Amino acid sequence: MKHSFTSWVRAGAAAALISSAGLIGSSAASAAGVTYQPAHAGGTLHLLATGAGGTLDPQVNYTLQYWQLYQATYDGLVTFQKVGGTPSFTVVPDLATALPVVSNGGLTYTFTLRKGIKFANGAPVTVNDVKATFERLFKVSNPNAGTWYNVIKGGDACVKTPATCSLSGVSVNAATNTVTFTLVHQDAEFLDQMAVPFGAILPASTPAKDQGSTPVPGTGAYMFKSYDPNKSLVMVRNPYFKVWSSAAQPQGYPNEIDETFGQTVENEVTAVENGQADWVFDPLPADRLQEVSTKYAKQINVHTLTANWYLPMNMNIAPFNNLKARQAVEYAVDKNAAVTLDGGTQLATPTCTILPANFPGHVNNCVYNKGTGATYAGPDLAKAKALVKASGTYGMKVSLVAQNDTVDYNEGQYVVSVLNAIGYKATLKPLSQNIEFNYIQDTKNKVQISLTQWFQDYPAASDFINVLLSCANFHKGSPNSINISGMCVPSIDAKMQQAEKLMITNPVAGNKLWGQIDTQIMQQYAPWVTLFNPRLIDFTSKRVGNYNFSLEFYMYVDQLWLK
Amino acid sequence: MMALGLLSLIILACLLAPYYASSIAHENPFVSNVQGSITLGGKTVSVLQPSTVGFGVTPIGPTWHFSTYFLGADPQGRDVFARLLYGGRDSLFIGFSSAVICCFFATALGMVAGYFGGVVDWIVSRLFDIIWAFPVYLLAISLSVILLTSGLNVGFIHIQPGSLVLPILIIASVYIPYVGRPVRGLVMTLREREFIQAAIGSGASDWRILRRDVFPNVAPTVIVFFPMMVAFNMLTESALSFLSIGVQPPNASWGTIINDGLDLLYTRPWVSIAPGIGIVLTCAALNLLGDGVRDAFDPKAKLRGGA
Repeated sequence: MKHSFTSWVRAGAAAALISSAGLIGSSAASAAGVTYQPAHAGGTLHLLATGAGGTLDPQVNYTLQYWQLYQATYDGLVTFQKVGGTPSFTVVPDLATALPVVSNGGLTYTFTLRKGIKFANGAPVTVNDVKATFERLFKVSNPNAGTWYNVIKGGDACVKTPATCSLSGVSVNAATNTVTFTLVHQDAEFLDQMAVPFGAILPASTPAKDQGSTPVPGTGAYMFKSYDPNKSLVMVRNPYFKVWSSAAQPQGYPNEIDETFGQTVENEVTAVENGQADWVFDPLPADRLQEVSTKYAKQINVHTLTANWYLPMNMNIAPFNNLKARQAVEYAVDKNAAVTLDGGTQLATPTCTILPANFPGHVNNCVYNKGTGATYAGPDLAKAKALVKASGTYGMKVSLVAQNDTVDYNEGQYVVSVLNAIGYKATLKPLSQNIEFNYIQDTKNKVQISLTQWFQDYPAASDFINVLLSCANFHKGSPNSINISGMCVPSIDAKMQQAEKLMITNPVAGNKLWGQIDTQIMQQYAPWVTLFNPRLIDFTSKRVGNYNFSLEFYMYVDQLWLK
Repeated sequence: MMALGLLSLIILACLLAPYYASSIAHENPFVSNVQGSITLGGKTVSVLQPSTVGFGVTPIGPTWHFSTYFLGADPQGRDVFARLLYGGRDSLFIGFSSAVICCFFATALGMVAGYFGGVVDWIVSRLFDIIWAFPVYLLAISLSVILLTSGLNVGFIHIQPGSLVLPILIIASVYIPYVGRPVRGLVMTLREREFIQAAIGSGASDWRILRRDVFPNVAPTVIVFFPMMVAFNMLTESALSFLSIGVQPPNASWGTIINDGLDLLYTRPWVSIAPGIGIVLTCAALNLLGDGVRDAFDPKAKLRGGA
C-alpha cells in the first residue's frame, strides 16, 4: 500500500524477525477493544490531514490514509486481528464464521458466511455479495487485480476483459451459506490478500466503476456519512452494526470521526497541541519535532515502519530508459541527506534495497555508493557525473513529481538540486497528495522521476518486489499502475513466480531467493533510488486515550477514547 | 526622494547578489546543502543541526556575519540572505517587466478604444469586462496552475513551464483593465477637446493624432500608474510564488522564500520575515514614488488635497 497475511509459519517468522530487531513501537500489545468499556464511548474524534487520500472506493484506494479508516468501516471474509503489536499480523475470520477449509492440495478455499450481518444501508450480506465483490475487483481495475486476485480461476480472463468479468473460480451456495474459491495454483499469500481492504465485501448492487467521493456501504462499526476531498470526511456509527467478533471488528468508541483537509501541517500540529483536534495524519514538520517530542512527550508514539521512501525512475522514457542514467542518479543521491530532511537519524534509516531492513528476504546490500561494503557510505558524485556523460543524457530536461507536503517538497527540492548537479536541467513539480499518487502511475503523464512511499500490505517480500516491479502491475495509460517505474523483465518475473512457489513449500529458501532477486534488480536494472525506511510519530491530543497500534494498519482510530 | 533612494538601494543590493554569493558568502544559493557544515567561533557546525533534545533537525539561525549565513539557512541548508538578494532580483524583474507589458498594452488598447469608439470600443471594453469579472488573484492562480504544468505553446511561441516569462505574462494580463479603463476614459474626454477636433478637421491621420496629440496627454497618467503597477505586480508575484505556482525552485523570489520559511516560523522566523520586509519596503517605496510622480506632473492636485 501506499500500505496486509496466511502462511502462519511465515507470519510467525516475520513477526519474530521484526520483534527481535526492536521494531516494535512504544505501544503496548494490549488488544484493542477486547474488553469494551462503554464508559469511554462517545464524543467526536477530530483527525487532520493536509489533503484527502483520493477515491473513497475501498476496491480502488491504495493509500494508508484511508486503509486506516477502512478498518472500522469495512470487513472481508477474513481480516487482520484488531490488536496491538505483532499479533496484528494474524489473519482471523471476519464475515466468515471461521478460517477457510483448505482442500484439493491448497487450491480450494471454502468459507462459511456469518448470518445476520447487514450492510450500512440495511441490506443483508449474502454469498452473492461476496461473488460480486470479487468480480467487481476486476471491473474497477483494482491495482492488484492482475497480480493478486488473478490467482482465482477465471481471473486472468477478467483482467483481459474486466467489463464482462465472471469468476468461474468463485462458487456460492445460498443454502449452506458457503463461498468456495478455486485457485489456478497454490498461493501462500491468498488469505493475506483477502484480509486487506481490497477484499472488503460490498453490496452486489455497487456500481462497477470507481465510486470516487460517493461512500460505498460497508459492514463495519462505522460508515462514511459524507466525503468532500476538498473539505472533510465524516464517519458515523453504522446503525446496523452488532459485534460478531471483537478480534475482527470491535465496537468503536467515538460517536463520530471526522477528518478535515486543507490546513498546513504546522497548523495541524498547533491544533492538536491546543486540543482543537486529536491527531495529525501527516509527517510532523521538522521544526516542530523538538517541541512536540519534548513538551508533548506523553502525547507521541514512535514506531519503526516496514516501508520505503523511494524515487521510481520511468524506465520507458528518456532519460531514464538508459541504465547508466538511472545508475547515475543512484550514485548521486545522498540518502543521509534524505534522512536529514525527514527529521534526522532518529526518524529514518538510509537504505539501499527494495526490501526494508529486517523484512522477510532482506539482504543487507548496497550497490551504489562511495564505499564497497554492504552499508551505505555516502554518494559518489564523480561516478554519477561520469555515468550521465556516458549515457548521452547530459543536459536533458528532467521533471520530478512530488507531493506538496512539507517533507516531500523538501525531499523533492533536494533531489532536483542533485539532478542539476550531475548535469540535468531538473525542475520540481509539486502536486497535492490527493492526486500525486495516481498521477505518477499514469504513463499518459510521462512522469520521468517521482518521489513516493510504499508501506507493506503484509510482511512478505512479494508485496514489495512482485507488486511494485512485475510486468502484471504495469498498466499503460492507467492511474492504477503501481509499477511506477514501468519495469517489465520477463526473466525477473519468472524468478518472482519461482520464489512465490518456493514460499509455499520452503519459506526460508523462498525468502533467500527474494533477497537475490532484490539484489539482481538493483544491480542490473536500478529502477528506483531507495532513500530510507521511516519511523512514524503519532501525535495525539491530550484528551485521547486507549492508543493501540497495529503493525498492519497502524493506529486504530475507532478505538481511541475521548473521555 | 527618500522613496527613490530606498528603492535604488534595494535594487542595487539585489543586483549585487551574484557578487555577494560568490565573493562574500561563498555559497551557491541554488544548490541544496543538506549535509553541509560551516565554521562558527572556531567550531564546525552542521548547517542543518540535529536536535540534542528530542527529535528533529533545525537549520542554523542568523549569524549576523555577512560572510557566513547572515540570516541563517533555509530547510535545504541554503544561505537565506544570498537567496533573499537573488529573490529580490526575480521579484523586481517580474514586477517591472510585467508592469511594462501591462502598461504598454493597457495604454494601447485604452487609447484605441477611447479614440475610435463604436465597435472597437465595444470589443475592447468587453475584453476588459471579461478580465475584470474574475477576482484578480483567482484568475492569476488559474492561469498559473494551467501553464505551470504544460508551459505556453501558441504558434511559434514556446515558453517552458519553469520560465520567469510565464508569471510575467500572467501578471501583466490580469492587470491590463486596471490601467486600460482609466486610459480609455481619459482618451474619450480628450477626443471631444478642441485641439483634437481641430487636428481631425485639418485632415491629420488617426495614427498621427494618437501619437502626437493623444499619447502625450495620456503619458503622465500612465507614468503615475507605473510604480503602483510594479508594486501590485510584485505583490501578486509573491502571492503566486508563495502558493508554489509562480517562480519555481530552485529559483527564488521573495514569495518562494516566505514559503520556504513557512515550516520554520517557530524556530527560524527570519527566513520568512526577511523577504516580507523586502516586499513591504519595496512596495511602500514604489507607492510613495508613484505619489511623488503624480505630484510632479500635477502640482495642483497637492494644493487641492491640502486645501
